[in-house]
Amino acid sequence: MKFGIVVFPGSNCDRDMQDALQNDMNKEVVMLWHKDKDLSMFSTNDCIVLPGGFSFGDYLRCGAIARLSPMMQSVVEFANKGGKVLGVCNGFQILCESGLLPGALLPNGNQQFVCKNIHLKNAAGNIFKIPVAHGDGRYFAEEKVLDELENNSQVIYYYCDDKGNVDKAFNPNHALRNIAGIKNKQGNVFGMMPHPERAASPALGNTDGLKIFKELGLN
Amino acid sequence: MTYNVQIKVMLLKDLLDPQGKAVQAGLKNLGLNGINDVRIGKHITLQIDADSEEAAKAAADEACKKLLANPVMEFYEIEMVN
Repeated sequence: MKFGIVVFPGSNCDRDMQDALQNDMNKEVVMLWHKDKDLSMFSTNDCIVLPGGFSFGDYLRCGAIARLSPMMQSVVEFANKGGKVLGVCNGFQILCESGLLPGALLPNGNQQFVCKNIHLKNAAGNIFKIPVAHGDGRYFAEEKVLDELENNSQVIYYYCDDKGNVDKAFNPNHALRNIAGIKNKQGNVFGMMPHPERAASPALGNTDGLKIFKELGLN
Repeated sequence: MTYNVQIKVMLLKDLLDPQGKAVQAGLKNLGLNGINDVRIGKHITLQIDADSEEAAKAAADEACKKLLANPVMEFYEIEMVN
C-alpha cells in the first residue's frame, strides 16, 4: 500500500505523518500539494491521508476552505471509486466539510484547546492510548445520523478510560456519544480526532498508533 | 447594480455555544446581572453585482448553502440593505 499525504497551507502534522509512514512503517509516501490534482499514481488499494493542522487558518469553519482545494476534488473522486482515505484531526474536519463523512466537528465543549493522551476503544473492545490535540473536536450529528452510525458499526473509536469504560468523564471535547472516529458506510473513508502518527515510534514511548493503522487496514 | 447583503450565521439553537457561555460568565463577573443567555455567531457582508434584488438574494443564498454556513450545525439569515 502506497500513501499520499495532502499538504494544505496551515497543515502542521504532514511531516509527522510522513515520518511515521516512511520510517516507522516502511511505506512509500508521496507528498501532495493541495493546488495539484493528479492522483493517477495511486490505485484504489492505496491510501490518501489528510493530515492534522490548521488548514487556511481555520477561517470560516475548520476544514471549510480546504474542501475547495483542487486536490480535494480529486480526493473525493478517489474515495468514490473505493480508494482509502484517512483524515486525522483537521483531516477529519475536512472530510466532514466535504461530505465524505457525516456530521461536523464543533468547538470543544469546555472552550479549551486539549492536548494530552487519551484512550480509545474500538468495536472489538481493544484499547489504545493515543494523543489528541485540538480545539474543535466535538463530534456532532443529528440523533438519527448517530443511530445510523452505531447501527452500521461506523463508529470506529470511542473515548474511554484505560480500562475501556466509555463515559463522559473521559470525553475530552463533549463529543456526542463519546465518538472519536467514524468511517463511511462503504468502509473506505476514515476520520478521527486523535493522532496515531504521534504514537508510532518506540522513541516516543508509545506505538499504539501503529496498531491503529494496522487495524484500519492501512498498512 | 450592486447590492449590499448582510448575512447572519449562528450555531443551531439546540447546540451548546461554549464561546457564548464564556462571554456570559464574563458579563456576570462585570456585575451585569439578568443576562441569561449569550450566543455568538458570524456577521458577513457581501457586495453582489446582479440584475435584480431577487437575483442578488439568490446568489447570497447559494453562497450560504455552499460555503458560508454548514447546515449540519448552523443556520443563516440574509438581509438586503439597499
